[in-house]
Amino acid sequence: MITITHYLVLSAILFTLGVVGVLIRRNAIIIFMCIELMLNAVNISFVAFAHYLNSMQGQLFVFFTMTVAAAEAAVGLAIIVAVFRNKETVNIDDINIMKW
Amino acid sequence: MEAYLFYIVATIAVVAGVYLIFEKNPVFSALYLIQTMVCIAVLYILLEAQFIAAVQVIVYAGAIMVLFLFVIMLLNLNIKEEAKNALPFQRIPAVVMGIVLFAAICMILKSKLLQGKHGEYTTAYVNTVGNTKLIGNLLFTDYLLPFEITSILLFVAAIGAIMLAKRKL
Repeated sequence: MITITHYLVLSAILFTLGVVGVLIRRNAIIIFMCIELMLNAVNISFVAFAHYLNSMQGQLFVFFTMTVAAAEAAVGLAIIVAVFRNKETVNIDDINIMKW
Repeated sequence: MEAYLFYIVATIAVVAGVYLIFEKNPVFSALYLIQTMVCIAVLYILLEAQFIAAVQVIVYAGAIMVLFLFVIMLLNLNIKEEAKNALPFQRIPAVVMGIVLFAAICMILKSKLLQGKHGEYTTAYVNTVGNTKLIGNLLFTDYLLPFEITSILLFVAAIGAIMLAKRKL
């Protein structure tokens, strides 16, 4: 029998993988993909709670999260392309112009 | 049957996630992320959220990941670029802190904090009306204002992306 805990533990594993990916990778695009993985992990929690609490609000929140993720991906990738045109790299160690 | 499907799909999702963060080639990373997202769509169907599952495949695995792959191939990244790692000692502490974060989340799950009031949308009721119809009803009655704000957000994001791509920065 699959309970809500199974889904929440899976969600926690995927979220942790996303966090570790953000910390260890140096490629800006892969860091961005890890952020998408974290958003997906949270969406699993939303839908699992919605199902086990007989509610519909969780699914609506996932809908809005997906919209925000789409907007974020469009703007973020545009920023990465703009940075690449100026500095010829997407390695975040080389993009340190805002570092104090 | 349902339990076996959950375990198989969850294992595939986690393994693809691990490959996503340790893969050297960004194109393969994007493909592993698509794998994870399709597995998550299967989990949504197991949770009886059919509309969300379809949107997950169309929007995430379709639109957003095509955007990622497009940018990766447009930039034509050098795979050896990550060889010169400025912080080589960050890997092990990052993995250790990730395990600590996972343990912290599991401690929250073990506590009795995660309890809520049960709603009125039971599985039998949702199946008589239909998942998509219920979501549409709620979206255009109770959640009309957030829905309209979402459209403004997408509009602003489209303008921002065009400006960033066009302007000589």
